[in-house]
Amino acid sequence: MQLTVWTYEGPPHVGAMRIATAMRDIHYVLHAPQGDTYADLLFTMIERRQKRPPVTYTTFQARDLGSDTAQLFQDAARDAYERFKPKAMLVGASCTAELIQDDPGGLSDALELPIPVVTLELPSYQKKENWGAAETFYQIVRKLAGPKAPPPGTKPAPRDPARRARCNLLGPTALGFRHRDDLKEISGLLAQIGVDINVIAPFDASPDDITRLGDADFNIVLYPEIAMPAAGWLQRTFGQPMVKTVPIGMGATCDFIREVAALAGVDASALLDDPNSRAPWYAKSVDSTYLTGKRVFVFGDATHAIAAARIATRELGFTVVGLGTYSRELAREVREAAKLYGVEAMITEDYLEVEAAITELNVELLLGTQMERHIAKRLGVPCAVISAPVHVQDYPARYSPQMGFEGANVIFDTWVHPLMMGLEEHLLGMFREDFEFHAEAAPSHLGGAASERRAEPAAAPIADVFALAVETDDDVEVIEAEGPIDPVWSPEGEKELGKIPFFVRGKARRNTEAYAREFGVRVITVEALYDAKAHFSR
Amino acid sequence: MSAALAAVPVVVRPKAAGGCSDAPVLKERGQREVFCGLTGIIWLHRKIQDAFFLIVGSRTCAHLMQSAAGVMIFAEPRFGTAIIDERDLAGMSDANDELDRVVAQLLSRRPDIKLLFLVGSCPSEVIKLDLSRAAERLGRSYSPNVRVLNYSGSGIETTFTQGEDACLAALVPGLPATNVKSLMVVGALADVVEDQFRRLFAAIGIADVQFLPPRRSTLLPVVGPNTHYLLAQPFLADTARALEGRGATRLEAPFPLGVEGTTAWFEAAAREWNIPDAKFQAAIAPAATRASAALSRIRHQLAGKRIFFFPDSQLEIPLARFLSRELEMNLVEVGTPFLHRQHLATELEMLPAGTMLSEGQHVENQLDRCRAAQPDIVVCGLGLANPLEAEGMTTKWAIELVFTPIQGYEQAADLAELFARPLVRRAKLAA
Repeated sequence: MQLTVWTYEGPPHVGAMRIATAMRDIHYVLHAPQGDTYADLLFTMIERRQKRPPVTYTTFQARDLGSDTAQLFQDAARDAYERFKPKAMLVGASCTAELIQDDPGGLSDALELPIPVVTLELPSYQKKENWGAAETFYQIVRKLAGPKAPPPGTKPAPRDPARRARCNLLGPTALGFRHRDDLKEISGLLAQIGVDINVIAPFDASPDDITRLGDADFNIVLYPEIAMPAAGWLQRTFGQPMVKTVPIGMGATCDFIREVAALAGVDASALLDDPNSRAPWYAKSVDSTYLTGKRVFVFGDATHAIAAARIATRELGFTVVGLGTYSRELAREVREAAKLYGVEAMITEDYLEVEAAITELNVELLLGTQMERHIAKRLGVPCAVISAPVHVQDYPARYSPQMGFEGANVIFDTWVHPLMMGLEEHLLGMFREDFEFHAEAAPSHLGGAASERRAEPAAAPIADVFALAVETDDDVEVIEAEGPIDPVWSPEGEKELGKIPFFVRGKARRNTEAYAREFGVRVITVEALYDAKAHFSR
Repeated sequence: MSAALAAVPVVVRPKAAGGCSDAPVLKERGQREVFCGLTGIIWLHRKIQDAFFLIVGSRTCAHLMQSAAGVMIFAEPRFGTAIIDERDLAGMSDANDELDRVVAQLLSRRPDIKLLFLVGSCPSEVIKLDLSRAAERLGRSYSPNVRVLNYSGSGIETTFTQGEDACLAALVPGLPATNVKSLMVVGALADVVEDQFRRLFAAIGIADVQFLPPRRSTLLPVVGPNTHYLLAQPFLADTARALEGRGATRLEAPFPLGVEGTTAWFEAAAREWNIPDAKFQAAIAPAATRASAALSRIRHQLAGKRIFFFPDSQLEIPLARFLSRELEMNLVEVGTPFLHRQHLATELEMLPAGTMLSEGQHVENQLDRCRAAQPDIVVCGLGLANPLEAEGMTTKWAIELVFTPIQGYEQAADLAELFARPLVRRAKLAA
């Protein structure tokens, strides 16, 4: 068992729902207990969809367990077919139905429905939402595009040079973080360089569209968490190469365009020379100088975390002090990326572990998910959201892609917004005693009630500890002999520390204590504080 | 109705003979678009301030909780999930050790917790993990600092508000015993409502009214053969049974929604305590008059409008009674997940004769009926609300009725307002 406060991903059948809801003319019959229909409101409320998800739940209850839950499933599947007349059907079980083992696949085969039925085996006690979405998409693609597969070993015929290259865009789903606008942005880029789109899937694709996937020259994997297994199968089966670079950030978008252009045999230099994006100039302008070296912690799904780390370091000049993901399927990629920034990748789905790491690292900006916003609020750290899971406000009405050149503009604004502005930061460093403009006040442009300045922390406890340390000098000696000493702050040292701007104060405290331990300083005075500062600024 | 009630200035429709007491109820089975009982934790964890709710379940349960509540709350909640994984499914003894470990981890993180609920879910029920024994075992290890109780909030056994019923029923055996005549109000109420009720009872002449659940686990109400209890919520069947097992007696009353319901509810207690009519009248008159005046200002927005209830919380029948009698709305269909005939006897009597009642759900059939009827306003869950709005209907999402103070006199107009607002909004946006 695992103690969970927040969970980054839902169960795998929610991933399957994201695929079904993204598509047209498909229906999902889910064997699940009463109550699991809560998942509908993810789509109707958070994503504000205007239709119910195409999902029929059996919603069995305790009294049904004594009788025939298998019959209940068959009735639900037959009724769903009659009512909705889909062109393909998904059948599967949720976590509880998995325990009662009714075999939705076999039961629906026995119904002999006149449409393709895709049976989903989603192990709820091992796997999670993104895996469920990837597996569902893969099974749909295999089932529907499979019959058109050429015999194994067939070389794809070379494209007629008179015909424009065409690609599939794979990965965008329902409940995806900015999938709607990313799709528009990338479609626009492809149009600009003269590449046609064969099929976009699963977003708005019908089962008929899926059968046409093989007609494309290559595949673009926009969201590897969702589309990589399907794209891998298409590559093996139809010989379609795939574009793996995810176009989030200026650099990545240019790499992406180069990669697409090479596969499509088009010249994209005009677009690359003049990408018409403001983000690089904004980052270069002197107003952004104060962003240099800001300590950033990045956490999210693997794709967005890797992209964010690259943007943070190379395009905004931040320092990445932590990089992590909850996507175990892509842990290797995140580890590789973390090496570029000299940090250890954090692969975990444990919210408490992420919180502990962020607390330890003294972060100045947190780039994460909805869950990191909780952590940021608790620690008083500025935060921007870069990845699912997200809240309703991250399905905005306005155009707000993360991908492509406009995506880079959106990202610049979003990430800089929560930071205190440069002048404000300087004034805080100069005037520590200001009554309205102080460390505990929220960035003024974020509004909120002005917080009263907290009373100066009482010096007494620190003084007491200090006195105690002096009085029990002999004991300290003994402890020192057995292990590392624990330095104590003198009241003056503590007060001087308080003059350091709050966003670097924790770091200063830690460095000074490390210095004191290294050089055997038992009491940290003002002198010791500045010795440490000089030591670390070498 | 008694003389006391008749004297209160309320505009109510004359009671149709027999109301809906013997009315046929459409019982349907099929897909049920409802929450499971785990969702009760969302308000119970705010009400009982030193309690923690540990769900023993799957990732789905954790996801439900954060989808239904978590994304709306930025504070550290006092609930969590012990997610069962494959290793736990392999052997039962292992699962108990794991639970002990998780509880130890939890209590060391939250030393302020005095009451821990182990909440059963569908997966834990299906694998027959014995949480009552686990609660006993853990209760012994953490006594006297932490009490450990258990109940089931699983979807297979409970629907939405029934989770509160199961939770309160689990509290009843641990209530201290008494022989003194006492009044207990049962059902989680907003703190502001609880305070109003306490003041009104005092004015009527009934002191020391106790509330279940209490605000802190250390302030448990006492119970015994001379305890009389009033249900503040219609979904408390098991809690009522447990209280009766301890000798307590239920006071028959409609639920305290609207002026009429609230007056009759207080009156049930006043009668039992033999309070003189004049004193009762004097005590309630200011609030009742104020509430009636406030309602009359909203009535024109709702009078004559046709309302359709999808099943959700069991509050539907009392709400329908309030809306039809005090606001002159017309009831198209009143759906409820579960109909407790005894607890709702008075409510059913007061419903207009011929009201279409349904229990249980076949959501597709019910949607067909709703579309055919084209009501002016539909009360439904969040899974249906936006899709119905997109079809052109006006909806009121039902869950809000559980999270908002709606009981009592001072809230009567707020309650009416909850139904008026979507209609006003539609009119404004169209203009």
